[in-house]
Amino acid sequence: MKTVIIGVIGADVHAVGNKIIDYVLSQNGYNVVNIGVLSTQEDFINAAIETSAQAILISSLYGHGEMDCRYMREKCDEAGLENIKLYVGGNIVVGKQDFTEVEKRFKDMGFDRVYPPGVKIEDALAHLKEDIGI
Amino acid sequence: MKPYLLVDFGSTYTKLTCVDLEKEYIIGTSKATTTVTTNVLDGYNKAFERLIRDHPEIKEEEIVGILGCSSAAGGLKMAAIGLVEELTVEAAKRACLGAGAIVNLVFSHHMTKREVKQLVEADIDIILLAGGTDGGNTECIIHNAKKLKEADIKVPIIIAGNKDAVDEIEEMYEGTNLQYYVVSNVMPQLKKLDVKEAKDIIRKIFIDKIIEAKGIKKAEEKIGQLIMPTPEAVLQAAELLSKGYEEEEGYGDLMVIDIGGATTDVHTIGEGFPKRTEVIMKGLQEPFSKRTVEGDLGMRYSANALLSLVSDYEFRKYFDEDDKCNHNITKSLNRRKDNVDFIPQTKDEEEFDKAIAKICCDVSMSRHVGHVEVVHTPLGDMYYQTGKDLSGIKYVIGTGGVLISNVDAKNILKQVNKKSDRILELRPNNPSFLIDKSYILASMGLLSQKYPRLALKLMKQYLL
Repeated sequence: MKTVIIGVIGADVHAVGNKIIDYVLSQNGYNVVNIGVLSTQEDFINAAIETSAQAILISSLYGHGEMDCRYMREKCDEAGLENIKLYVGGNIVVGKQDFTEVEKRFKDMGFDRVYPPGVKIEDALAHLKEDIGI
Repeated sequence: MKPYLLVDFGSTYTKLTCVDLEKEYIIGTSKATTTVTTNVLDGYNKAFERLIRDHPEIKEEEIVGILGCSSAAGGLKMAAIGLVEELTVEAAKRACLGAGAIVNLVFSHHMTKREVKQLVEADIDIILLAGGTDGGNTECIIHNAKKLKEADIKVPIIIAGNKDAVDEIEEMYEGTNLQYYVVSNVMPQLKKLDVKEAKDIIRKIFIDKIIEAKGIKKAEEKIGQLIMPTPEAVLQAAELLSKGYEEEEGYGDLMVIDIGGATTDVHTIGEGFPKRTEVIMKGLQEPFSKRTVEGDLGMRYSANALLSLVSDYEFRKYFDEDDKCNHNITKSLNRRKDNVDFIPQTKDEEEFDKAIAKICCDVSMSRHVGHVEVVHTPLGDMYYQTGKDLSGIKYVIGTGGVLISNVDAKNILKQVNKKSDRILELRPNNPSFLIDKSYILASMGLLSQKYPRLALKLMKQYLL
């Protein structure tokens, strides 16, 4: 069984979407380790190390995701998680911005998959199957 | 009369408590210097003679049972190994502490040759090897297990990590001289703590092996089996006093502070969950009965460690306002470290001891209690809580030489209270203080193994 870490990063307490992601991924055969809201980058990384996770799915709804996610990839590299897949989704930037721009920015930061607001978790699920299998 | 004897082989003193099971009271207590380097029974016999001398009504042949615990010869020293510092390493440490051990060495991630060398050369009784949640990382614990094998470790190794790694480690260890024990993972799921099996096996190894290695085995000729390390007995006593037994009600959430010559132990019984909705728990799950040990806070052996913990200026704040003596702090601390049998003779020396005890109380509390941290979110301020919220603790019980004999003991204990300059520490708000005047807590922990109702009743009677 493949393990994925999910959680809400930064000073963000939006818990509903997090529960939906947990439910859908668990139903689809993943071992979901949910670290919950108000999580730091280190929380995600520590959880991934102990549980040997294949992917980290970061949620952010309050607009500050870009700041919270900066250097996440570098920290993963530092922690020996060079091959881990990094996904991010939600309202990840301030205000309304062109999503292709946003996606490029996050991909440059080392994220493998970047999702705009309103995306269905099933889409991410399909990518997850593709990236790490089941 | 049905006398029952409880024996605590301490690092300095062998302490005896004799209880009458029939009339349900403590007949008497006595102590003598622990003689672990020669024959541990010498100290015991001396203490026993004193007991009989003071209480001639106790007849040796009438004693119906004896139970013993020990923290002699340095107590139980352990090394904890895990993967991530805040997670399995912390879980491993808590298992050791909960079993009454002192954690002398801690290693995280992949052990290096240097670290293994350090481990081999250190004076350690048991190693606890953890790492990975069940189904999680196996590679690190296997690496570390291999390192221990290569080093041909002579002390028992408890494997309490990812169950997926167990088969491989067992295959690796089978047929070697390594003494190893496999128990369930101390952190089976992320942030979930499960230390029961690990604690039980630590106690078993302590009884079967460690006691012998420390020369305390001889005691068993006289008193039957020693059943646990002394700190665990204290923790058991605290747990019983908190929870109650059958119709006999307990005291609820409580704390025990034991200021010793070398360490300060803090035990708390209680969940310590956040008390407000805007507070979110962080970090590893907290054990219901939690023990922490501070190796740098003690009245004698570790007295000089205070020099690096508090400045001269800070130290002086702990003296009573009416204390006019101009204490030479460095000299006084070193004097106590160099002469661990030091007993204060003058008022000034007593005052100085009191200040040390206050610092031990204050600093150990800062380290034991949970902390909150503010997070400013768009929805208003939220708080992270790491550790236990002990603001609602009802009772704080003081034990250990300096507290039980001090007229000012409750004043010393007040150092645990909430402090205006450290509002982020979740210290007790307004607890009642009790003193273990007859020094019976460890004995009652022992007695509780057979007669919990009586042990509870006696604690309620003798903790004042």
